[in-house]
Amino acid sequence: MPSLDDLKKRISSVKSTQKITKAMKMVAAAKLRRAQESAEKGRPFSEKMNNIILNLSNSISDKDSASKFLVGTGKDDVHLCVVITADRGLCGGFNTNICRKAKNHFEKILKEGKKLKIFTVGSKGHDQLKRLYGNYIIEKTNFKSLKKITYKEAEDIGNKIIKLFNENQFDVCNIFYNKFKNVITQIPQSQQIIPVENLKKQEEKNIENFYEFEPEENEILNDLLPRNISTQIFKAFLENAASEQGSRMTAMDNATRNAGELVDKLTITYNRSRQAAITKELIEIISGAESL
Amino acid sequence: MENNFKLEIVSPEKIIFSDKAIMVTLPSYEGEMSILKNHISIITFLRPGIVKVQKSEKNIEEFFVEDGTVEFFNDTLSLLSASIQNVKDLSKNFMDDLVKDTKDKLENIDITDHDRYILHHKLDAVKVIKF
Repeated sequence: MPSLDDLKKRISSVKSTQKITKAMKMVAAAKLRRAQESAEKGRPFSEKMNNIILNLSNSISDKDSASKFLVGTGKDDVHLCVVITADRGLCGGFNTNICRKAKNHFEKILKEGKKLKIFTVGSKGHDQLKRLYGNYIIEKTNFKSLKKITYKEAEDIGNKIIKLFNENQFDVCNIFYNKFKNVITQIPQSQQIIPVENLKKQEEKNIENFYEFEPEENEILNDLLPRNISTQIFKAFLENAASEQGSRMTAMDNATRNAGELVDKLTITYNRSRQAAITKELIEIISGAESL
Repeated sequence: MENNFKLEIVSPEKIIFSDKAIMVTLPSYEGEMSILKNHISIITFLRPGIVKVQKSEKNIEEFFVEDGTVEFFNDTLSLLSASIQNVKDLSKNFMDDLVKDTKDKLENIDITDHDRYILHHKLDAVKVIKF
């Protein structure tokens, strides 16, 4: 049985924890709004980009000479996985969910006897993956020193990936990130960026768009597809940023509520043991007086 | 009859311009082109230069681009670029850095003809902008 003093200390410590989690929740809520806005603002770009690539790839007649980014290297041996996580913790299952999704994928690749290469973006993902898959990690980066992630960072990573691809370091590239659905739900996603996934092809075949291309389709694709990689990565960043804040907000909300419950429970225990001590003292006094 | 069409200029971070325009002049990769209403559907990409947007008879807005992709379909012109900026917002410092950077790159012997072509156009585009 803890003493009254101990209980008092615990109550006050839980209360101060609650204050911290509450503050973090508020901060996350404020940041979430901004992150959500920029995620929404960034959507038209990647959607339009996808649209153009879809139109282009539909109208390409000569598949053999098409860009490697579109049709792949023809092999499926070396997989590059880009795991995009946050740089900070205390955001519930956010980082763990991405890593779990990625790990499942890694196991699948290794089981099939293919080669695996990992590129981690964000320090939390690297921390979680380095113990089991440390040997496979070929590159890591984080943005701890940056306040805001801009397109430039996405471009840098995109260029690194493109460089590796041009050096024939891998055949298939996947990115892992959390898609922001709403504040409570974030869905870990894996998306194949090289070769470009078949984007809902032939869905609108009947409305056949006749485009003029200048210069030729292939030349445009060669210019566009590397750029698309940066765009997709930037999209993942934006979705991730919104998801991180959303996830943190929910996690901190839960923590605040749990702390409240704990305080209530401790207060009851405190009051009970205080009452028990008083009763005990009274009984002692009464029985002392009776025995006289 | 209205002779304008919809123009959307989008950067990865936000929509920069979304309005009607009468004519848009683009520095397309193979040369300048102007787009009017009912232009044939086209996809092309840009080299560095100035995008001129004519909103009305006398109202012309100019944007500086380094690269980008353009799609015209169904009287909607979408211009995707990560490096587009309104000429009014350009600063002297930014342009000086850009010129210096470009000249440094041009001195590099390893660059391809394609790169050289792009870089020269970048320099030309910068010259046109007056402060």
